[in-house]
Formats: sequence, C-alpha cells, structure tokens
Amino acid sequence: MFIYTTPVYRLSLALQGFLDEQFYQLEELQDESSPNFVEEVVTLFFRDSSRLMANIDQALEQCPPDFHRLDKFLHRLKGSASSIGAGKMKNECAGFREFCSEENLEGCLRSFQKVKKEHTILRQKLENYFQLLRQVVPVDKATRSGS
Amino acid sequence: MSSPRGTKACGGVAADRQIHVLAVDDSSVDRAVIARILRSSKYRVTTVDSGKKALELLGLEPNVNMIITDYWMPEMTGYELLKIVKESSELREIPVVIMSSENVPNRINRCLEEGAEDFLLKPVRPSDVSRLCNRMR
Repeated sequence: MFIYTTPVYRLSLALQGFLDEQFYQLEELQDESSPNFVEEVVTLFFRDSSRLMANIDQALEQCPPDFHRLDKFLHRLKGSASSIGAGKMKNECAGFREFCSEENLEGCLRSFQKVKKEHTILRQKLENYFQLLRQVVPVDKATRSGS
Repeated sequence: MSSPRGTKACGGVAADRQIHVLAVDDSSVDRAVIARILRSSKYRVTTVDSGKKALELLGLEPNVNMIITDYWMPEMTGYELLKIVKESSELREIPVVIMSSENVPNRINRCLEEGAEDFLLKPVRPSDVSRLCNRMR
C-alpha cells in the first residue's frame, strides 16, 4: 500500500515557491476539533480572490483607470494571499501594486496577467493536494494517534 | 495584572470563565484564521466584519475581554474603532489590539498612543496571540 506523506508534498509545493511558512502554520492549527480548517480557509481565499480579481479587471478597464480603487483591491488580495501562505502570489501582488502606485497601466496589465496565472496554478495545486489528503492515509496522523 | 475573579490562566480559560475575544476584520480569510488561532488556545471568539457591527455587539454583550481588530477596513478603520472604544466610559477598559499587514511606524505609534494594547503584523501567528494572554481584562 502506498502511503503518501503529506509533508513531502507540502515541501515540494514550498520548494516550487508557491507556499511559504504561513501555510505550515495553518496546518499546525488543524486538529480533531477543526479537521478541515486548512481546506476551509483556502476555499474562502479562492472565493474572496476570484471576486477581487473580477473587481480588478473592471478597474483596469475603466477609462481612465481608477488606480486608487485598484490599490485597495490589491491590498486586500495581497493580504489574503499572505494569510494563507500563498507566498508567490503575494509577491506578484506586491509587484502589481508598485506599478499601480506609479499609475503605470502597461505594467499593471502585465502584472495582472501574471497574478491571474499564479492564481490558476495555485488553485490547481491546492485542489490536487487536498484530493491526495482525502485519498491516502497521512503517515504523520497515524503516528500521532493517542497523543 | 490580577483579576478579582481569581487566577488568570494563560490561554482562554481562566479559573471561572472562558475569555471572550471579539475579532473584527472585513476579510473572511483573516477572520477564519484569527478565530482558529484564538479557539485553539481555548478562547471564546465572536467575529464580525466591520467596526459598526463590533460596536453593535459591544452594546449588547457586556462580557468581551479583548477586541482584536484589523486596521484597514472600509467605512470605519480599526483606529477609528479604537478611538470610539477608548472614549466610551463603558468600553474603555477593554484592551484593543490592532492587526495590520503593513509595517508603518507612524500608524503603529498613533494606535499605541490612542491606547491600543498591542499592534500585530499580519499574517498573525499563534505565537503573537500567546503573548497577548496577559493583557486580557
């Protein structure tokens, strides 16, 4: 029987630079009283971020673009990404915010493409991760039984 | 800081009561995270998404031992909420902690001068919360 150790997969995600220490902190908060905490928070994140990205899309299409409003959406998006440990996405948002503060529309549009791409990739990776958790027996849970 | 109701344990359970924290944040993600951190330390937690709702709840619920609030919120910032709490004779004794994703020294100083108990940088970690346990009312 193949036992897939979740720390290994988490490590590989971190190594690819998608997740940071904060994600690990969230996993540490998960226990019997809140067994799906991480997945719940990640679901909230994707719900929140999808809405924010639709707002960003609209703000960028305005003529002239409302950079002030755009910055508010970005602040929120970056904050949420940071809170779930989505380090790569957080950094892309930071770059986007810089272009926004310079009122550089070209830069904003390019950044936004990157953020959207990161968002899609991250969603896929995390979906795969949670699916794996549901399918296999995590070694760390098994060894923690009784503690 | 001694409590007239008995020894205060570190963590959410004191000798005779569970410590009640009101968490205020417009981000659903951050509300979920701060609530989980607090509950894992056995605090009783109520979350609201705005300063306005926080004040409504404080008007109805007398037993809030700490308020932890985000700084940047639409309509009413955490700073504005802090000011209102500290200017209220009923509420001013409640410790208020501010959270922010931005490390802005002016902002931090302003909040501390206004009476904030502490200022936490996001993302908030369990270790940030454990250092607050001595400050509960």
